[in-house]
Amino acid sequence: MQLITCPWCGDREEIEFHYGGQAHVAYPEDPYALDDEQWAQYVFFRDNPKGPFAERWVHAAGCRRWFNALRDTVTHEFLAVHRAGAERPSPTSTAKGQEATR
Amino acid sequence: MTVETPVRFSPLAAWQDTLAQLPTGIRVRELPHLTQLTLRAEPGSTAVRAVAACLGVPLPGPVRAELSGDVEVLWMGPDEWLLVAPDGRADDLLARLRSAVGEEFATVTDVSAQRTTLALSGPLVRSVLAQGCAVDLDSRVTPAGSCPTTLLAQAPVTLVVHDDAPAPDVRLLVRASFAAYLAAWLVDACTEHR
Repeated sequence: MQLITCPWCGDREEIEFHYGGQAHVAYPEDPYALDDEQWAQYVFFRDNPKGPFAERWVHAAGCRRWFNALRDTVTHEFLAVHRAGAERPSPTSTAKGQEATR
Repeated sequence: MTVETPVRFSPLAAWQDTLAQLPTGIRVRELPHLTQLTLRAEPGSTAVRAVAACLGVPLPGPVRAELSGDVEVLWMGPDEWLLVAPDGRADDLLARLRSAVGEEFATVTDVSAQRTTLALSGPLVRSVLAQGCAVDLDSRVTPAGSCPTTLLAQAPVTLVVHDDAPAPDVRLLVRASFAAYLAAWLVDACTEHR
């Protein structure tokens, strides 16, 4: 079973975690200014890259905290994890990430 | 009409005899009705320092437990600790902690009824637990004073490693509703050591 590194608890089995979708999707500044299509874009449409992808995960069976991860959608490899509010790692900031974007 | 007086009972009261018949290398008994308080406070805040001063021990960091005081402090999350004390201490501790925290922001909640505690000791403890737990329980990785919250045989538990030598002494904190399942699993996991 794949191990996922929780930024608080360390390496744990993947069944302890839940997936939270794409990270860093900002709530619209003024939701009332959006038309239906723009609102649908915000609510339903997400990136679907082949390669490094910034995601939210929660360590549901451990410390129960949300964190962000950079995961390669091709290999399922976690390139980086970081605590909520910490600086975001860019796909190219990690050695593994550089490999994945190549 | 008869009025029944509610009587407090522990989730594993019916399992005492079965747990007493496990192989010689492992001893399992329930420690029922321990006082458990959840403390939520921002790490490094005045409230945390006030609580630490009140308890006389520092609040531990990630995946660690502070077991030296008369109240055990277990790390449950970045801003959450579980205080474990003997039965009957809840009211006294709540009052002391709340007055220590004063106007600062922190919450202390009595959650004693949420979990029961299993005390496991003996040389077989690590090998029995390893059958259902993905956390490396080797004493080099998980030494005395560790308290990983994880899954044991799919059941959410908090493992507290009290002692390493000569034989491991591990406490398992488990939800009351999972306790009978976990007891059944432990009995089954011990079968190969008979």
